[in-house]
Amino acid sequence: MIDTKHYNFAFLDEGSKREIRRSILKAVAIPGYQVPFGSRELPIGRGWGTGGIQITLSIIGKEDVLKVIDQGSDESVNAVNIKKMVEECTGVEITTDSEKATIIQSRHRIPEIPMRNDQILVLQVPTPEPLRIVEPKESVTKQMHAEAEYSGMWLSLFEDLTLYDKISISSEYPTMVENRYIMNPSPIPRYDNRKLNDSETLYLFGAGREKKIYAIPPHTKVESLFFDDVPFETENFEGKSCRLCGATGVFLDEIVDEATGEKVYECNDTGFCKGRRDRQHGNTNFKN
Amino acid sequence: MAYVAVTGGKEAIEQSLKLLELFRESGEDITVSCIKENMRLLVDKIMSEAGFYSEEYAALALKQCEGSVEEAVFLLRAYRSTLPRNYYSSPVDTREMRLIRRISAAFKDIPGGQILGPTYDYSHRLLNFSLLEERPDSINHESEDETLSDLSGDDIYCGRVTDLLRAENLLKEVPEDNTEPFDVTSNLLTFPAPRSARLQTFARSDAGFLGGVAYSSMRGYGAVHPTVSELRCGYVEVCVPYVLDETETLCIGEILVTEVEALVPSHTETADEFDKMTLAGGYGMIFGRNENKAIAMSIADASLETEGNTPSQDQEFVLTHGDSLEMSGFISHLKLPHYVTFQSKLDRVREKEEA
Repeated sequence: MIDTKHYNFAFLDEGSKREIRRSILKAVAIPGYQVPFGSRELPIGRGWGTGGIQITLSIIGKEDVLKVIDQGSDESVNAVNIKKMVEECTGVEITTDSEKATIIQSRHRIPEIPMRNDQILVLQVPTPEPLRIVEPKESVTKQMHAEAEYSGMWLSLFEDLTLYDKISISSEYPTMVENRYIMNPSPIPRYDNRKLNDSETLYLFGAGREKKIYAIPPHTKVESLFFDDVPFETENFEGKSCRLCGATGVFLDEIVDEATGEKVYECNDTGFCKGRRDRQHGNTNFKN
Repeated sequence: MAYVAVTGGKEAIEQSLKLLELFRESGEDITVSCIKENMRLLVDKIMSEAGFYSEEYAALALKQCEGSVEEAVFLLRAYRSTLPRNYYSSPVDTREMRLIRRISAAFKDIPGGQILGPTYDYSHRLLNFSLLEERPDSINHESEDETLSDLSGDDIYCGRVTDLLRAENLLKEVPEDNTEPFDVTSNLLTFPAPRSARLQTFARSDAGFLGGVAYSSMRGYGAVHPTVSELRCGYVEVCVPYVLDETETLCIGEILVTEVEALVPSHTETADEFDKMTLAGGYGMIFGRNENKAIAMSIADASLETEGNTPSQDQEFVLTHGDSLEMSGFISHLKLPHYVTFQSKLDRVREKEEA
């Protein structure tokens, strides 16, 4: 724990946390709308998940159980670093089991196991503005959202089609929320986009550097942008499976086996993979 | 465990922190007060970019991070987030500044006089090798009685150069604006940004970035080549409203600042307007002795008052890309793993190849 003489519970002072919670409430009330907030500087780099961390620090209580993943991994240096920080300034329990966690903070992935309505997923967002790819100016994109003037975005998708016969956006694929706001789902793979739609859980998105918070409350309609004759496509892992747990139909990491030089695959969600393997080995007391 | 690229993060971080500590400890002792007293300009730079006035904590931050400017700014900014914000100070009148330096490039002589004060401007930048041997006890002032306390005379205060111009109606009339200033530390900037937000953002901006913006404007990407009406450096009192009596203020201390007023001819398009041409100002105010940044700020401020398509005239461009913490944070985040997004990219690239 960091010393309580110099630092408050969950690092930020109570006034700041309250301010951030108010922004979160507004975000929940207007799904997909980017709520500006007075983003605070944190002991972790701006651009390293500080929006997500500020949300986590503002909503976390002593009873919460936290899981942090980065690129699907519990063990990634950034995930470890964030967990360490939150643990040091709150003392809450940390887990790798996504079903045990009350708050999951993630960068670039949504866990494989569907989340419940008593859980919150906090996503870190580098560029909250989905229209940034068509318009660099914030003053203009704000106006475009206000008027739901999204023709520029549709046109850019169409241009993509004419150039490549496919929409070339790889991750961070734009979504339409409740037929009103185009929203950046954060740089999750396209594979994860469908998990946002009509979900049981609350999704909170935090962009610290860009000072925006937005949300997808449970059972919100979230569609990936598509044309009637060009359906939305996710990453293709057909015919591939995890070499550790055998899972198919999940998002896989591609790894080159050093010994054989062959391309092999593993579950990207390390917590999910470990859980499956523990169960396969008859170990039902799956913990950390 | 070679089969998972990112496992073992916890141990790796612990070892990395240990190594960092080894790098930091040189064996030669350097105290926080030593940094504070000897690296004043560096301390001033840190305080200005952090938007946090504490010489001691700035020096502590520098000690903690091997003297890295962006790391030290980072430490102070993060610490700043933990402090409750109870007050906004009352406006400071810099006419009441206790001066250590004050010059005007606009006039040969000014009431109150030009006071050169401590400046490197007229020093020759020759490496002084005798400092290699300098020890605290060997410092030899030119004459025995020339110590700092003997050098100091009466406190100096004077009016501002722009007061003279204003009296002659040569300054563009700017109506008094008493709207509550925008607080950039607790609100997201919206555009067009009010001037208070612009000035706050510049004051905390990375000195290098702001210098580049100002330089580009002076060199031709923009139109501002100002005259420094006045550059002054000294101490001002900071006061906050007294809780029990709103009409009273309470002085909470003194800060050292550099203030610059730069003048440019106001924009004219018609002959009639030309006849009524006056001078408009750009304003700079920075923590500590931080002269170039203060001048750069005044140019950047004046530049936003002009119309055009250069970077220095683009509010959103100059106000959103100059924060030390934000730029270094986002640039350094590229060191984080990106293999999921990269997998998505590979997927798209491969499909294209197959097609």
